[in-house]
Amino acid sequence: MTDFTQLTVKELVEGIKTQKFTSEDVVSFYISQCEKKKDLNAVLEIFYDAIEKAKEVDSKIAQGQTLGKLAGVPIIVKDNILNKGKKMTCASKFMQDFVSPYSATIVKKLEAEGAIIIARANMDEFAMGGSCENSAYGPCKNAIDPTCVSGGSSGGSAVAVAADLAPIAIGTDTGGSVRQPSSFNGVVGIKPTYGAISRFGLVAFASSTDQAGPITKTVEDNEYVFDIMAGKDENDQTSIELKRAETKPTYKLGLCKQLAQSIKQSASSTYFEKAVEKLKQKGFEFVEVDVPHIESCLPCYYVLTPAEATSNLARFDGVKYTTRATDAKTLEDVYIKSRSEGFGKEVKRRIILGNFVLSSGYFDAYYNKARKLQTWLGQEFDDAFADCDAIITPTTPYTAFKLGEKANDPISMYLEDLFTVPASIAGVPAISIPYATAENGLPLGLQVIGKKHSEHLLYDVAKKIKEA
Amino acid sequence: MSAFDVVIGLEVHAELNTNTKIFCSCKNEFGADPNKNTCPVCTGMPGALPIINRKAVELCIKAGLCFGCKIADYAVMERKNYFYPDLSKAYQISQMVHPLCEGGSVKLDSGKEVRLNRIHLEEDAGKLTHISKSVGTLVDYNRGGTPLIEIVTEPDFETAEEVDDFLKKVREALVFANVAECKMEEGGMRCDVNLSLKPKGSPVFGTRTEMKNLNSFKSVTRAIEYEIKRQAEVLGSGERVIQETRKWSDDKGKNTAMRSKEQAQDYRYFPDPDILPIEVDLADVLRIKGEMPMLPVERREMYQTKFGLPAYDAGILTSSKYISDYFKKCVSFYDAPKKISNWILTDLLKLVKEEEVFEFPIAEQPLAEIIKMVDEKKINKTVGLQLLDQVAQTGKDPMTLAKELGLLTTISEEQITTLLQAFKDSNPKAVEDYKKEPQRVIGFIVGYVMKNTAGKANGELVKSLIAKLFG
Repeated sequence: MTDFTQLTVKELVEGIKTQKFTSEDVVSFYISQCEKKKDLNAVLEIFYDAIEKAKEVDSKIAQGQTLGKLAGVPIIVKDNILNKGKKMTCASKFMQDFVSPYSATIVKKLEAEGAIIIARANMDEFAMGGSCENSAYGPCKNAIDPTCVSGGSSGGSAVAVAADLAPIAIGTDTGGSVRQPSSFNGVVGIKPTYGAISRFGLVAFASSTDQAGPITKTVEDNEYVFDIMAGKDENDQTSIELKRAETKPTYKLGLCKQLAQSIKQSASSTYFEKAVEKLKQKGFEFVEVDVPHIESCLPCYYVLTPAEATSNLARFDGVKYTTRATDAKTLEDVYIKSRSEGFGKEVKRRIILGNFVLSSGYFDAYYNKARKLQTWLGQEFDDAFADCDAIITPTTPYTAFKLGEKANDPISMYLEDLFTVPASIAGVPAISIPYATAENGLPLGLQVIGKKHSEHLLYDVAKKIKEA
Repeated sequence: MSAFDVVIGLEVHAELNTNTKIFCSCKNEFGADPNKNTCPVCTGMPGALPIINRKAVELCIKAGLCFGCKIADYAVMERKNYFYPDLSKAYQISQMVHPLCEGGSVKLDSGKEVRLNRIHLEEDAGKLTHISKSVGTLVDYNRGGTPLIEIVTEPDFETAEEVDDFLKKVREALVFANVAECKMEEGGMRCDVNLSLKPKGSPVFGTRTEMKNLNSFKSVTRAIEYEIKRQAEVLGSGERVIQETRKWSDDKGKNTAMRSKEQAQDYRYFPDPDILPIEVDLADVLRIKGEMPMLPVERREMYQTKFGLPAYDAGILTSSKYISDYFKKCVSFYDAPKKISNWILTDLLKLVKEEEVFEFPIAEQPLAEIIKMVDEKKINKTVGLQLLDQVAQTGKDPMTLAKELGLLTTISEEQITTLLQAFKDSNPKAVEDYKKEPQRVIGFIVGYVMKNTAGKANGELVKSLIAKLFG
């Protein structure tokens, strides 16, 4: 039998189409992988009706019908993406009984191309966290070393790809939630330009930086899936038309001066320097660029995103679809008890933080200041990209850490996002590709940041880096 | 009471006249089965996103143009955050820092100008129905996401009468411009009243109270009068007014405290990241302006100058868009504005009584035709009214119907002259009397002619011939 894990997405589609193997074979194989590797806790639920769907694809192919670009290919989506008729919990106890009443635009797009969703992936509750330890259903474990965290918040999605539970997984990234777990598990993940992929049907964490992105084993696969997911959606006013950036024969890469110190202090430092040296030898040109406020992005992020989250999560109130506290007697009780019992610690922390920065008297000092900084940062990135094609950084300061290691140290956990947050704040695309294995045997990701709409250029840079 | 000046400001909400809701394509209609007109967006399902209804934006701009507001070229929708079960997302999408319309004013009958602070766009909440303690409360999200405008005034009112006049003027303009239907009984127009008293002549405002969601002109007036009296009593007895929201009860004829400022909410407004800022082109504003019908104030003026109508006629004819349009159309068929005005004011309005929403029983063209027939003496006024009734019932063309029913005046001048000659011969005394006191006997002579023509002679013609022959 073919080893499906060795095939690219295109090869899988081709194989199914030419009846070299069936979609049922592929889907059954990956479902059995999900079952076999249950201990990783990467998926929260397997959708067994996927096998029926696979059979339908096979019979259509047998009848000679033309099918989509992902016909018969299994895929796993993060548990904050609505999939009609299926449970969706955002890895929260509060949403344990929620069944999606409609499908997200990206689910519709993927399914329209024939993709088959086989499971929903574990995550940090409501996408808040960088280790997947904030899941109400237990942490997802690292695919390479199960004593380590998977990263987060899209930990389940990254582990699903790394551990061969599916050839493609979809994550969402608000400040690094696709890139960081991709880095921790040695897979490829992109956070596209803000608006490139529709947010309709993604449970909002921070509306102005949320972006879904594919996680795959190869850059080619990632690009293939991104092209399917991207584009203007009439249900999302902030979505934008897909634009293709021109690729070049050679690239000039930027190293951000203002990050140099932080990179040097990080455990990724020696590996990153080595990589830069190697790329120089292989013909990449390097230039130092300025993004003066880049290190202010982190505090800015922890003002803006909790503010939006506070408001976005207010609808989970115990009145409608979230679990209502059984002993609530008054309306105020319903709100306070349901939310106190329903939300986990990190979610509560951010709700409180968000309410604080939005409250009257503090609004200008925090929220408005952070918004201004966001505008500046966009400008600073624009200026930097006048001098280079893309900026590279390590994706994370460290490799995956041990489970529980940072659970009680939120600040150190937040610092994990230092390199990923700037692209989120500026709304520019950034991709994480595996580039090194640290001494502890864990993978490290290299982040390539580009200007708005430069996804295809980033993919090309990433391919050339991998070839180097 | 006379020791105090009264200061009143209003917030008036009106539901916009759109086909669909403000952020989704659900129907905007009143009276549907509970939760029938809902979708993931207006029920606040996770992941659902709002798409702003351009028509609602246009109507808000239109409202601004009605009252001479400055239309913003850049407006922002913001989130007003608070928990309540009728608010599906636990935030209301409204406007705070950058509203669509700013300034403007409304001129009252007294000549006083009430200044507007702003008109902004927002969404309505759903509706709660308290069933019982055991069943609990049910939510209907049909109204959730209905587009609203909120008109905020400056604290320029001093009496309940001024407020009443203002509300009527606002309703009139919004209905005329097709911005809102303002059906108060359906909650289509609601009013929040902010009221305070201050010592006469004092430049410093007193502490104000707020009464929310008053939904009839009558209750606004009653609530204001009650609150003025209450605050005067509080202040008169040396106590201070508490800044609070008070709930007006129409049944009890009084208001009670709801929540005080200390318990007031911090709404934590911030720009809604799901909705792009609204950029308004001057070209769009000009286009909307071009599409606007003439407003009551302008019409009233035009009716007096162009049609030469008295102010009284002009006032009644422009009291609703329907009557106004009806009148104008009649004039387009028969250019006799004063005569048409007379018919509408004395005869047609009588037919529809005092109903708030009505339609005249006859279309414009046949009415114009009947009036013309009367003027041309083809029928007399009494017959004209009969004919109007018949046309209303059958929908037939007036001329055809008049012929069918034999209502037309068919007696010629010669025939009348012959009859009058015969009358003179047989009633010389009556003719003598006519010369002395025409008014006393003219009816008798006309009656004679009518009797001998089965009532088909034209009365006016008969009268003029009598004057000519016997005068």
